[in-house]
Amino acid sequence: MAIATFQILRGDASNTRVESYSIEVSEGMVVLDAVHAIQATQANDLAVRWNCKAGKCGSCSAEINGMPKLMCMTRLSDLPLDKPVLLQPMKAFPLIKDLVTDVSWNFAVKKKIKKFKPRKPDNPDGTWRMAQEDIDRVQEFRKCIECFLCQDVCHVLREHQLHDQFIGPRYLVYTAALEMHPLDVEDRLEDLKKEDGIGYCNITKCCTKVCPEDITITDNAIIPLKERVVDRFYDPLKKLFRIFRFKK
Amino acid sequence: MPSYDTHNYDVLVIGAGGAGLRAAIEASAAGVSVGLICKSLLGKAHTVMAEGGIAAALANVDERDNWKVHFADTMRGGQYLNNWRMAELHAKEAPDRVKELEAWGALFDRTKDGLILQRNFGGHKYPRLAHVGDRTGLEMIRTLQDHGIHLGIEVHMECTITSLLMGGDRVTGAFGYEREKGRFKIFKSNAIVLATGGVGRAYKITSNSWEYTGDGMSLAYHAGAELIDMEFLQFHPTGMIWPPSVQGILVTEGVRGEGGILLNKNGERFMFSDIPELYRNQTADNEEEGWRYTQGDRNARRPPELLTRDHVARCIVRQIKEGKGSPHNGVFLDISWIKNKIPHAAEHIKKKLPSMYHQFKKLADIDITVEPMEVGPTTHYMMGGIRVDADTQMSTIPGLFAAGECAAGLHGSNRLGGNSLSDLLVFGKRAGEYAAKFSKENKGGHLNEEEIANAAINALEPFERNEGESPFQIQYDLQEMMQELVGIVRHEEELWRAVEHLKMLHDRAARVKIVGNREYNPGWHTALDLQHLLTVSEAITIAAIERKESRGAHFREDYPQKDEQSGKFNLVIKKNADGEMKLRREPIKEVRTDLQQIIEEMK
Repeated sequence: MAIATFQILRGDASNTRVESYSIEVSEGMVVLDAVHAIQATQANDLAVRWNCKAGKCGSCSAEINGMPKLMCMTRLSDLPLDKPVLLQPMKAFPLIKDLVTDVSWNFAVKKKIKKFKPRKPDNPDGTWRMAQEDIDRVQEFRKCIECFLCQDVCHVLREHQLHDQFIGPRYLVYTAALEMHPLDVEDRLEDLKKEDGIGYCNITKCCTKVCPEDITITDNAIIPLKERVVDRFYDPLKKLFRIFRFKK
Repeated sequence: MPSYDTHNYDVLVIGAGGAGLRAAIEASAAGVSVGLICKSLLGKAHTVMAEGGIAAALANVDERDNWKVHFADTMRGGQYLNNWRMAELHAKEAPDRVKELEAWGALFDRTKDGLILQRNFGGHKYPRLAHVGDRTGLEMIRTLQDHGIHLGIEVHMECTITSLLMGGDRVTGAFGYEREKGRFKIFKSNAIVLATGGVGRAYKITSNSWEYTGDGMSLAYHAGAELIDMEFLQFHPTGMIWPPSVQGILVTEGVRGEGGILLNKNGERFMFSDIPELYRNQTADNEEEGWRYTQGDRNARRPPELLTRDHVARCIVRQIKEGKGSPHNGVFLDISWIKNKIPHAAEHIKKKLPSMYHQFKKLADIDITVEPMEVGPTTHYMMGGIRVDADTQMSTIPGLFAAGECAAGLHGSNRLGGNSLSDLLVFGKRAGEYAAKFSKENKGGHLNEEEIANAAINALEPFERNEGESPFQIQYDLQEMMQELVGIVRHEEELWRAVEHLKMLHDRAARVKIVGNREYNPGWHTALDLQHLLTVSEAITIAAIERKESRGAHFREDYPQKDEQSGKFNLVIKKNADGEMKLRREPIKEVRTDLQQIIEEMK
């Protein structure tokens, strides 16, 4: 059986090191299996998050040879095993220990986004009618498993650390899902422009590239939101109209 | 004396999957303060893995459906060991709970008229499962989560409860640790809802994640509550089996709902050769009729692949034992064959079963639109659990409530697919409502200092040893043993051997050694979870010995038939004064006349 070597970042924020572990590789193995094997036999205290092991919960996000990925969906056979596989935690968030980072900022951001506000029910029994074609695009956004890999790869957060000024691709997708929900009547455009910092996104599409759910984050969510913001706040005709109306 | 982080709530909810979130939302709506404890991050609980849908008699696709049919289907599926009052409430209230999700932002797939679309599922007479492709659980947990975060519920993520605190004969709090630093936390509360899910990690092959170590059942049991129906553990017929690393990962019943068929290595559709008497009138007698059923023909009967999970799982095991299995000891599940029936089949499959397509493509190099999947049974769901009052969800301990998988009663000896998500909503809501009420009416619970000190000592005890075994090895051995001796097909002699093994594992677990410190240390967490796993494994095993018949998910090779007398009781487990696990038979209350009439009419 083949042997693979993993270099895993160990330690907490105050003290990190890279440790090497070698394990036997079996057919079909994914990176998370390797981490579990190392944890069970060589490093019982190796910290890692995981749940479903099937790409559905978005817990086991990490950087594999520098690429943000889900460990449960990355097969060893797709990696060059002739050299060590480097495993690091997500870089955009503070390190807790080993492969685990403090992602609580994401939960705090979501709470600030105005919640779903439906229009009055269409039917006396409190229900609505919606056509499938009207919800298709929102269903794409609702596939999000909140793995935060898009946040991790976004240079505004990763390089510039502007967590206090920019909500990141995940929450732009979340806002898009609310804004484009056929029943929603809330208005989030001003927030998008100001607090959410949508202008920081310069459409490099890194987020789309790493999304394990293949959500077309930039094209389908962020760009349409940017267009809405531009229409509202930067349309010269509308601006003139507003000034005119204000004077009157 | 170690230091504690103390929190006070009117209602404490332990577990943040569908049931816990729904309970927290309801309690919060009743105007009380609510704390919510997640073992993982919020939104990652096992509900997220539910694929096929939520069963509710909305009658959007077939107007013949109503609560009575759903009730009768649930009782038949559970072979009449169900708590019939729970089955009644569930069938009646599920539609409102689903509609409520829509009002909170959920977007289910639609019918042509713009209503919530419903699909066929095993054991349900009419298309009944509201769904979103094959990611319904994600839609449900996200909807509850996104609604719940605006209600003032305090969420404690990555926090595990290790014991309940009792002020006299009622529950008054809970003791646990937070993962990041390993600090202890005390939660004082006059009412507690357990919503901790199942026990799948007691088995080697399971669809469950690391969290499902039977915590709620074990916590309740050790606090003095009763467990019921622990012999009934559901093995889902279709889990992935190859490659080895994906063994156990769920393949949704929705595949069969959309027309998928089961084949042995000779290409025979073996399910047609064994149709149980209870379902004969409802099952197609030829392949063509079965296909028409999956395509919405109202006059057709279900294909045998859509019989209940207990039955399908056993048929698969039989094929394998007879040497007719697939190369990796499973059978074939084929959805690609529908290309002979409908145009654009590949697109249709990808649209209806996107995550199955993705999962097989990525993890097994199989394109399910062109070739069959290899599948076999996987430990999936615990029908048994904490015994609760049907209306209020309160356990036999005042102030201690339970909802969802860790509670028992609704499903009897076998759960129908789709009835879990509706269970979470219906009884999560009820648990939250009645816990809030209890808390308001029963203030002034107190904590016992000595109990807290003991809880802390117990939790830290594994750190005291310099010598000992790895907790992972003990967990692994337990899983192997339960899989081997207390699995789908059971035998008295093997079950007694399991009892002996459990004693040895218990001793080994008491000598476990922890490497490292308290900060985010999975070795320590595994050591603590082991105690719960051992408790529920023992309960499963002794109940399996006591039920000397085959019914629902419980199959005894030495008693292969259903026994009429055994259909008249549930098995109840309680800790006695000496700390031993005791089991007794509890007669099933006679079904209310009007409900019995419904059962008879629908037979």
